Amino acid sequence: MANRYLDTLTAGLWKRIPPFRLVLGLCPSLAVTMSAENGLGMGLATAFVLILSNGAISSLRNVIPSKVRIASYIVIIATLVSIVEVLMKAFFFPLSQQLGIYIPLIVVNCIILGRAEGFAARNPPLLSMIDGFSVGTGYALSLLLIGSIREIFGAGAWFGIPVFGETFEPMTFLVSAPGAFVTIGAMLALQNLFSRWRGEKFIQG
Amino acid sequence: MDLFFLAISATFVNNILLAQYLGNCPFLGVSKKLETALGMAMAVVFVTVMAAIFTWVVFTYVLKPYNLEFLQTLSFILIIASLVQLVEIILKKQSRVLYNALGVYLPLITTNCAVMGVALLVAKKEYNFIEMLVFSSTSAVGYGLALILFAGIRERLIISAVPKSMQGTSIALITAGIMALAFIGFQGMA
Repeated sequence: MANRYLDTLTAGLWKRIPPFRLVLGLCPSLAVTMSAENGLGMGLATAFVLILSNGAISSLRNVIPSKVRIASYIVIIATLVSIVEVLMKAFFFPLSQQLGIYIPLIVVNCIILGRAEGFAARNPPLLSMIDGFSVGTGYALSLLLIGSIREIFGAGAWFGIPVFGETFEPMTFLVSAPGAFVTIGAMLALQNLFSRWRGEKFIQG
Repeated sequence: MDLFFLAISATFVNNILLAQYLGNCPFLGVSKKLETALGMAMAVVFVTVMAAIFTWVVFTYVLKPYNLEFLQTLSFILIIASLVQLVEIILKKQSRVLYNALGVYLPLITTNCAVMGVALLVAKKEYNFIEMLVFSSTSAVGYGLALILFAGIRERLIISAVPKSMQGTSIALITAGIMALAFIGFQGMA
């Protein structure tokens, strides 16, 4: 029994890490990862929604009729996202201005609906919340990583602190829109290479 | 003239897919074949414009006068979800041809962030009715354009020799990056 909890807890960090293993939730991973700070903020906001929505949906899984389940999930998720939106405006105003419309767009992030449908609808609340925590943490870490790479090489700084000194010529390409696609594409390729080197079965393709 | 610039900017310069990164999941999902991309593009144009009109009315005449802007997320997603259902039912009854062409893509659109994104952008920029119509339709056309162009490239990708680790989503994303670079060229226009 304890094993199952541990498995679920660690699955989100490598076996199911979004957006690399589960190719879901790409829009925010592309859009808000101009800097490490934005990436981390977005990741944490999504993780928060994911933990609570998994918990809520799992507790209600025997009450919600299966025919209207998607609509019910969306209402639950949208309520939680509204809470996050208001909280961020109150406590992290500059960050919420920078993330802009991408905060309300957490509603349509496929990861959350995907985990609700794929995990929370079939498992007890505590286990579902652990799954939400693990996948959410994985997502936050991925966004932090993408954001760090783009900020360090694209702007020569990390969390706003210069790292290379004055002689470094930043590759502004990475901070702009095309750079986002190329960075994530390259990271996916590296991840595939690593998986094949470890002899894992090819999941993504 | 302002409307013309708004249209050009929404279609090319601030292309919703390649410059604002909205709607990437279906972008990668349905762009493997030109035919499906065409169906998806038409469905997106149709739903985006409808959703923009409905959310605009609700936002301007209900949410804003009563200071209920914090309900924006919840009400917009409900409007979009029920609209998609409604369109599906109406099409099924009224136009078999259109339903066969768009039917499969409609349920997918609920979670397409481009539709919700356009509605949110309209509310954020406080467009009037005409501006809203121009903005939503040209944004959606821009999305469709990028999707169809990309599907054309992707059909070619299948027959080219791609390194094993880069096959699939990886090379697709890098290709999208190069396309986004091309679209940056339009910035000189506006």
